Amino acid sequence: MLTSSKYFSRIGTSAVFAAASLFGMSAHATDITGAGSSFVYPVLSKWSAGYAEKTGNKLNYQSVGSGAGVAQIKEGTIDFGATDAPLKAEDLASFKLGQFPVVVGGIVPVVNIPGIKADQVKLDGETLADIFLGKITNWNDPKIAALNAGLALPAKKITVVHRSDGSGTSFNFTNYLSKVSKEWADKVKFGTAVEWPTGVGGKGNEGVSQYVKQIQGSIGYVEYAYAKKNAIAWVDLKNAAGQFVTPSADSFAAAAATADWASAKDFNVIMTNAPGAQAWPITATTWVVMYKTPKNAEHSKVAFEFFKWALNNGQNDAASLDYVALPATLVQKIQAYWGSEFKH
Amino acid sequence: MQANEAAAAVPIQEVRAHRDARDDRLFGWLLKGCALLVLASLLGAAGATLWGGRDAFMHFGFGFLTSSEWNPSDDVYGALVPVFGTLITSFIALFIAVPVSFGIALYLSEVAPPWLRTPVSSAIELLAGIPSIIYGMWGLFVFAPFFADHVKPWLTSYLGNQPDDGKVSWVAEHIPFIGRMFGNDNPFGGSVLTAGIVLAIMIIPFISSVMREVFQTVPTRLKESAYALGSSTWEVVWDIVLPYTRSAVIGGIFLGLGRALGETMAVTFIIGNKMKLSPSLLDPGASIASTIANQFGEAAGLQKSALMALAFLLFVVTFIVLMIARLMLRRLAHKEGR
Repeated sequence: MLTSSKYFSRIGTSAVFAAASLFGMSAHATDITGAGSSFVYPVLSKWSAGYAEKTGNKLNYQSVGSGAGVAQIKEGTIDFGATDAPLKAEDLASFKLGQFPVVVGGIVPVVNIPGIKADQVKLDGETLADIFLGKITNWNDPKIAALNAGLALPAKKITVVHRSDGSGTSFNFTNYLSKVSKEWADKVKFGTAVEWPTGVGGKGNEGVSQYVKQIQGSIGYVEYAYAKKNAIAWVDLKNAAGQFVTPSADSFAAAAATADWASAKDFNVIMTNAPGAQAWPITATTWVVMYKTPKNAEHSKVAFEFFKWALNNGQNDAASLDYVALPATLVQKIQAYWGSEFKH
Repeated sequence: MQANEAAAAVPIQEVRAHRDARDDRLFGWLLKGCALLVLASLLGAAGATLWGGRDAFMHFGFGFLTSSEWNPSDDVYGALVPVFGTLITSFIALFIAVPVSFGIALYLSEVAPPWLRTPVSSAIELLAGIPSIIYGMWGLFVFAPFFADHVKPWLTSYLGNQPDDGKVSWVAEHIPFIGRMFGNDNPFGGSVLTAGIVLAIMIIPFISSVMREVFQTVPTRLKESAYALGSSTWEVVWDIVLPYTRSAVIGGIFLGLGRALGETMAVTFIIGNKMKLSPSLLDPGASIASTIANQFGEAAGLQKSALMALAFLLFVVTFIVLMIARLMLRRLAHKEGR
């Protein structure tokens, strides 16, 4: 879903465009446009359909990638941008922008080892980083065995599969590895695209999951919804609190609830390696970026109403797509931020 | 009366001639405009990519061409891996597609029974119309796994220098480079070679339909004279048909090559997208177009500029390849004394 093939999503958006231009003339409906992250595209589409039914206001969202979304909002050609990586305080200040998270999702390491099912393999952050650094090259490595007492892993070569396209999934995954492995932080660092020390690259979630399915002994990482739909075996991870957790809506919610939102300005928190006892360590969110003093006040007002509606009523839609709605305390904080930072 | 009529007719003819000349001029300008439009868009596109890539060219200088590093986190970029990948996949594609297309075209124009020609040639034209993403999906979901299970093990154990059983074959030991070209130890179907094969399948329709068309332009009396002198079909093809159509055949081949150089989606799906130089054809790699398709969406700053610079290099590579084609044609013409 995170870049669920840009081709198809673009076809989707143009269809929305066509539909909007055909039917959008009725009554006083306002069309707002946004662009950016493909991570939120499915849930935004679902929310906008529900919202259009209720109010007649339509949302056109182009899932062109976070980088392009940020570029477009800086140029002021859209009403809001959506990005998987938060903007820095300087950027926000110089363009007079504000940002807030809208929805939470999880990223899971997936493996293809003969006879191994989901939740059977357990890894900690450092081991995962060593695998992706190419330092651990075999599934029967003592470091992996030490974490998986009682599970017989074959002497099979590990093939690393990573994203070949720039993506928010890679951003959050590499951010997590940077937090748990000093070597990763020094050598590879984190970003939407990095110089991968080893492995092959698949395009999009579907590319990675397809490669993982094809290659015995492979390990990759995809969005949770994608792994679930395609029944690929995921791995349990040891979180910052030292607990092994399984990826689920609950553990993503636990990460969102325990991330350090209180001390962060403009919600600039990357949620990976969250401290909660039940928190899934690679949990991600997408930020919506908007002008504090809108260029088009009417559009901006509709956009805020939309997000207000979505944050308060969109939980079921989010859950049906395996996203997790933001915790209530965070929603309150965001609404307070709207009041104090944005001019409606 | 007659004199009057003649006097009246002259201006009419003059007016017509005048109008015709004006229309001709207008028509000429229109045609010139159409031709210049192509030139303008070509120069515009080349100029725009050069302008977009100026930061990368200035920042890395000549090293951009020779560096194999591509590191977005440190903002260090080099074009060697994608340029190499583009050339090698296109070369593999031509290596396979040219003989096969030649066979298809010959069969259809010389050997096949007439009732078979039309359906097969329309099938080839349909094949040319399939969008490249379909080839990419097919390559990823069907061909790559098949290749990994059935073709690759054979290649690595009989030609590679890292066979599964550890016994290096005679070929790998005695012929230089072969062992390294097929040496590989990852159990993965996507590779430079797989991408080249899928590209070959994509360009076969182009090359073979051009070849078939030009083979049909060979005058029947030339062929029949040769047959009358007792030539075999092969001799007629090699000594009459090919020399007669040589330049058009080469043109068709380069049309296919042009498509292979720029092909994006299909290659992106199956080349494995690894920014590392490797002598092995069975290792994953990257091409210029696949790198741009992968990274453009999320790129900013110097990375975006480096991708634009790559696009400009694709122009340059295509231009050089076409120049070589022109030179080849000229030398052929020269040799034939034309």
